[in-house]
Amino acid sequence: MQLVLEKRAERSGTIALVSPLIAVGLTIATMVILFAILGKNPLLALHAYFIAPLTDGYSLQEIAVKAAPLVMIAIGLSLCYLANAWNIGAEGQFLIGAVAGSWIAVRTQGTDAGAWVLPAMFVLAAAAGALYALIPAICKVKFGASEILTSLMLVYVADLLLDYLVRGPWRDPHGFNFPTTAEFDPVATVPLLIEGGRLHLGAIIALLVVAAAAILLGRTIKGFEIRVVGAAPRAARFGGFKADHLVILTFAVSGALAGLAGIIEVAGPVGHLQPGISPGYGFTAIIVAFLGRLNPLGILVAGLFLALTFIGGEQAQIAMKIPLDVTKVFQGVLLFYVLACDSLILYRFRLVFPNRQVARGTR
Amino acid sequence: MELVEAIVLSVLAASTPLLIAATGELVTERSGVLNLGVEGMMIVGAACGFAGAWLTGSIFMGALFGILAGTMMSLIFALMALGLAVNQVATGLALTILGVGLSGLVGAGFVGERITPAVHLSIPGLTDIPLVGRVLFGENAFVYVSIALVVAVWWFLYRTRAGLILRACGDNHVSAHALGYPVLRIRTFAVMFGGACAGLAGAYLPLAYTPFFIPGMTAGRGWIALALVVFSSWRPGRLVVGAYLFGAVTILQLHAQGWGVGIPSQFMSALPYLATIVVLVLLSRARSGGSTAPAALGTVFVPDR
Repeated sequence: MQLVLEKRAERSGTIALVSPLIAVGLTIATMVILFAILGKNPLLALHAYFIAPLTDGYSLQEIAVKAAPLVMIAIGLSLCYLANAWNIGAEGQFLIGAVAGSWIAVRTQGTDAGAWVLPAMFVLAAAAGALYALIPAICKVKFGASEILTSLMLVYVADLLLDYLVRGPWRDPHGFNFPTTAEFDPVATVPLLIEGGRLHLGAIIALLVVAAAAILLGRTIKGFEIRVVGAAPRAARFGGFKADHLVILTFAVSGALAGLAGIIEVAGPVGHLQPGISPGYGFTAIIVAFLGRLNPLGILVAGLFLALTFIGGEQAQIAMKIPLDVTKVFQGVLLFYVLACDSLILYRFRLVFPNRQVARGTR
Repeated sequence: MELVEAIVLSVLAASTPLLIAATGELVTERSGVLNLGVEGMMIVGAACGFAGAWLTGSIFMGALFGILAGTMMSLIFALMALGLAVNQVATGLALTILGVGLSGLVGAGFVGERITPAVHLSIPGLTDIPLVGRVLFGENAFVYVSIALVVAVWWFLYRTRAGLILRACGDNHVSAHALGYPVLRIRTFAVMFGGACAGLAGAYLPLAYTPFFIPGMTAGRGWIALALVVFSSWRPGRLVVGAYLFGAVTILQLHAQGWGVGIPSQFMSALPYLATIVVLVLLSRARSGGSTAPAALGTVFVPDR
């Protein structure tokens, strides 16, 4: 007896819709087993992960705060992936954006610079992220170098650059030798939406990005081009669409969004530049993009869900001493199930009995 | 001269994990499968290798644990990418994300622990030969295994029938299938071999390179191993050259500080990653006439019966 894949005559629309839900269900089932192995009560753990964060206002705000960068980065990545360009260095573009934007904050610190500071930080961060993403894009288009490897190598480079700056030239002289810049001035800080709360302007910007992406993909020729180049490269060539141009474009947009997310994180929830400003947002956003089926609205939902796992993971750590790495395992397992369930859209499983097959061999 | 010897020794030590992981990935890619999860398999190998050595008190058992862990990880990849025909790039990324989490979970209990690292070979007489003695006859077992491994892989790929069939699967799976070869089974074995090597390469880090485990200790070596396979044009001989070159770049940054070069350490640490990008660009450019990659690399194969 053997399990084989059989290509469906056409994509299964029903499965395309329910597959993320199946994936989430399977992941939760797997987590129950993992919790049991770790000797924790699975029901209490699931409650800490998925229910508790939804029950108080502070956690709800915190989920939105975590979801904002994830959604912004994932929207950019989804454009790349739709166009068959594999940007996996969003983490680096996020860090470079944070660094570039912080430059203005650091330079204007303690001066009477006005309200232009924050917008300028945003613009510079987005530009830096875009330029940083253009390095792998140009290496791919001009020289054929794998954008997967080059974009990833640049993550480590960005990480080291940030480390150098906050330990060296930008270190806060009053910071007791900690590797961090001084706290940003109020004019260089992202405004809060709720007085005394955590929710900040970044959440609104993330929603605007989602709306813009939905319009781009659904209503414009450029969006159509992106989807055709990714789904049917040959057809795109006959249509006169240039795949190379789209690699450059989608990488630049993706890098700009990641860079913007970077400065919003630093000038918002963190408040200063230091190592470890990202709990792997750039990599988690890859999961968000796939879980959201590379669709803007789907990504919004997926981003909120993964933000929930971050917050839930922290709560489970505090309440039940469940290691924080469980959250990363959870996210990895989720991505596997999402990809596996997607396989069902194109294929169906069938059990084959080898002896029967011999009998049908002459067919 | 002692400085030269020290440099050669440390270059060998830094190159060995790259060589082992890249050799495994080379076999995987030669069968037509692109497994981007090397970093994930390595990091799980590092955690399990250290756990194994700490629990059993034996470096050999640690290495075995690392190999097993890498192989198990690669089986997940095989199930997804070969069994379910899922996009190999996405599956490889998922494997790395999962691996980082698993490694943290397994390794958390071992941070701060120390073990006695792998012993260095010492043959009285031979090891004492000036200049070459320590370099040739004074390494730890991992170094010799890495060289034996790459020689064995060369011999397998170019001198055996099985190697020919494996390469055929990587170049044209449709023809290999038509000739009656079980393409998916062969690829599964190739993926498992790659996983075993990545696991061993990961285990090398806490067992021989440093005597302790820290989270994220692979530091992108899995990705550099992937780049090395491209650098080598999928050939074992060039892989050795590439791995030692990269090891040398890695060591350069350590020694540069010792020599008092006035460059911030972070810039020197960025060298291996920047070198990888430069190498990828130069090689891909030189090859613009035609790719030397296995023709079916990364493509999905679902046999029709």
